[in-house]
Amino acid sequence: MYDGKLIIPGLIVFVALMTFPIWKNMGNAGPVPKLEKPKGVTKCVESVQYMRTSHMKVLDDWRDQVLREGNRTPVEVEGVKYDRSLMNGCMKCHTEKKKFCDECHTYTSVKPYCWDCHYVPKETF
Amino acid sequence: MKHAFLAVIGLIVISWLGSLVGLDYLFGVVFPYLAFAIFLGGFIYRVTNWAKSPVPFRIPTTSGQGKSLDWVKQDKLDCPATFWQVVGRMILEVFVFRSLFKNTKAEIHDGPKLVYGSSKWLWLFGLAFHYCFLIIVLRHMRLFLNPVPAFIGQIEFFDGLFQIGVPVLYQTDLIFVGAVTFLFLRRVLIPQVKYISFAADYFPLFLIFAIAATGILMRYFFRVDIVSIKQLTVGLATFSPAISGDIGSIFYIHVFLVSALLAYFPFSKLMHLGGVFLSPTRNLANNNRMVRHVNPWNDPNIKPHSYAAYEDEFRQFMADADIPLEKELPPEPEPEPAAEEAPAADAAAETPKPAAEEAPAADAAAETPAEKE
Repeated sequence: MYDGKLIIPGLIVFVALMTFPIWKNMGNAGPVPKLEKPKGVTKCVESVQYMRTSHMKVLDDWRDQVLREGNRTPVEVEGVKYDRSLMNGCMKCHTEKKKFCDECHTYTSVKPYCWDCHYVPKETF
Repeated sequence: MKHAFLAVIGLIVISWLGSLVGLDYLFGVVFPYLAFAIFLGGFIYRVTNWAKSPVPFRIPTTSGQGKSLDWVKQDKLDCPATFWQVVGRMILEVFVFRSLFKNTKAEIHDGPKLVYGSSKWLWLFGLAFHYCFLIIVLRHMRLFLNPVPAFIGQIEFFDGLFQIGVPVLYQTDLIFVGAVTFLFLRRVLIPQVKYISFAADYFPLFLIFAIAATGILMRYFFRVDIVSIKQLTVGLATFSPAISGDIGSIFYIHVFLVSALLAYFPFSKLMHLGGVFLSPTRNLANNNRMVRHVNPWNDPNIKPHSYAAYEDEFRQFMADADIPLEKELPPEPEPEPAAEEAPAADAAAETPKPAAEEAPAADAAAETPAEKE
């Protein structure tokens, strides 16, 4: 091998960069979000799978309807009325930001800008 | 182009069908591991294979004044003569694609007049493409690291700075797709480039476009259960992969295309990732006049034969043939009655010595020209 004193360190740096997640985690997958259901409620505005993948779409639509179109009529699903609102709708059942928002958002490094406008609810636990 | 396109479509169909019939583990765990192993192993193999090839001659492309006399200003980046000047050249090459920046375009106008103009489009879109790719790869680290380091969050924040839509639109996604499209259209629309484009050129473009497209569909349109996905991807990075929840075909298609790219990487033009560091026209110092570079495959038994030695060997014959000599024949000595023996004369002819030393021994040698004259 020629120029090994440059090429071998270069390859070592390359492999170290490419395997960064492996040695950074050191085999520890870290805490997995513990999913918890709101107490006393079994239904939501959409199915579980839909809410898992697309709840942000619901919130986005509601935001547009309420703030841009002035439509504050509650959403009725299977006879249950839900306010088109994060604080008064969603968080009526999913009461705690920490448990129902941050648990998964922190895990997946998602930083929604809800709280740029909304006050962060005070939680004493 | 047709075959490259069909190959990518084939990869999509295979992974889509695979996820439909429940081969989640194969497409989500086995293929990514296999592809990553091929990528790393193949990359190291290719680079060491290149490293085994001797580069006996300095062949840097120079486009500036080389090192010369002290009062001649050297162009240190375009004609580097030292290691650190080469480092400067390589940094600009690797980080800002300086060679592409100097791209020119020749046009023939009426006259006929040949005009060279600057052509920066390839440089601009090439640079945009590569940097977007880098940012996209770094952003994906949020799926492989737990907890997610702060700098990944910073990258995501600035990438989605305009907060368009939910989930927020990443600017790099748009620029990336635009740049890939440019790089593809360039190959198709410019006749000269189309002429030299083969399946190996189209396939990576289609594959990368398909990866971007599936990623964009997955994030903005179909949307997937990101928590289940992260459990799988962190599992991959910690060698404890497990598939939980309903992930969706689009994820497996995306991952299979990425696996295909990784496995294809070391055996394709994409190896310019490693190759750019090993390109002799860029990474060699132009120091031919300062350093002697010995060809490593020279036969050690063949000794160097300088011109001086050559002339020493054939001086007599050259003089006879009226070939100009750098060093003339020794002056004709006074003929002495006591003749020396022949071997001494031969030695004198082969390795000339200062005339004074030679004179007593060179009778025989000196006689020949004298006779002819």
